[in-house]
Amino acid sequence: MPTSIDREQLRALRDSGAQLVEVLPASEYEEDHLPGAINLPLRHLDAEAVHVLDRNRPVIVYCWDGA
Amino acid sequence: MSPRAAWRLESLGFGQVYDYTAGKLDWMAAGLPTAGTNAGRPQAGDLARKDPPTCGLNERLGEVRDRVRARGWDVAVVVNEERVVLGMLRARELDADNDRTVEQVMRPGPSTFRPFVPAEEMARFMTEHRLESSPITTADGRLVGLLFQEDVVEHVASQRDRAS
Repeated sequence: MPTSIDREQLRALRDSGAQLVEVLPASEYEEDHLPGAINLPLRHLDAEAVHVLDRNRPVIVYCWDGA
Repeated sequence: MSPRAAWRLESLGFGQVYDYTAGKLDWMAAGLPTAGTNAGRPQAGDLARKDPPTCGLNERLGEVRDRVRARGWDVAVVVNEERVVLGMLRARELDADNDRTVEQVMRPGPSTFRPFVPAEEMARFMTEHRLESSPITTADGRLVGLLFQEDVVEHVASQRDRAS
């Protein structure tokens, strides 16, 4: 079950090697994204797309406001 | 959207999935740095004056006015102990009777803006609504700074001059 985290927990996880993924469309990612984040839009999130992620490290996802 | 993405990643075999539910809005509202094409563009938080005079609800107006004007200001932001914005004292309120409290004379609930609002947008809005200054706050209402219309309009004009 995914764990909901806040900003401080995000920073701590990122500092310990977590992967950061913005799931918004590419156009929104290109305008602004968190430093170090990669873009995997939800619409394209499939087995092929996630090859860029390391399954052995934590993954943090975010969008605009969770809605 | 991110909760669905988190569940989808779990279904694809990822065991340690976290959802930063407050998202990019929360990050940017806290004034934290971002990357991307907008990153270099000036925003409200960049242009706000970071040290505006502040005061509490129960302070006497005479004391606040002396303190504010001694620093050369004509405006103060009313905050609580968490620096959450509760009101504003502009020139008219600062000139009220010495013995009244800040709470009695302040303008409550001023419009606030987040640090990531583009400077061009702030300049347009503040001009249209004749706002001399506006508090810039985090999403939970904590004061980041005070943005002056003259500062943001001048900055936008200078950027345009440089571009032309």
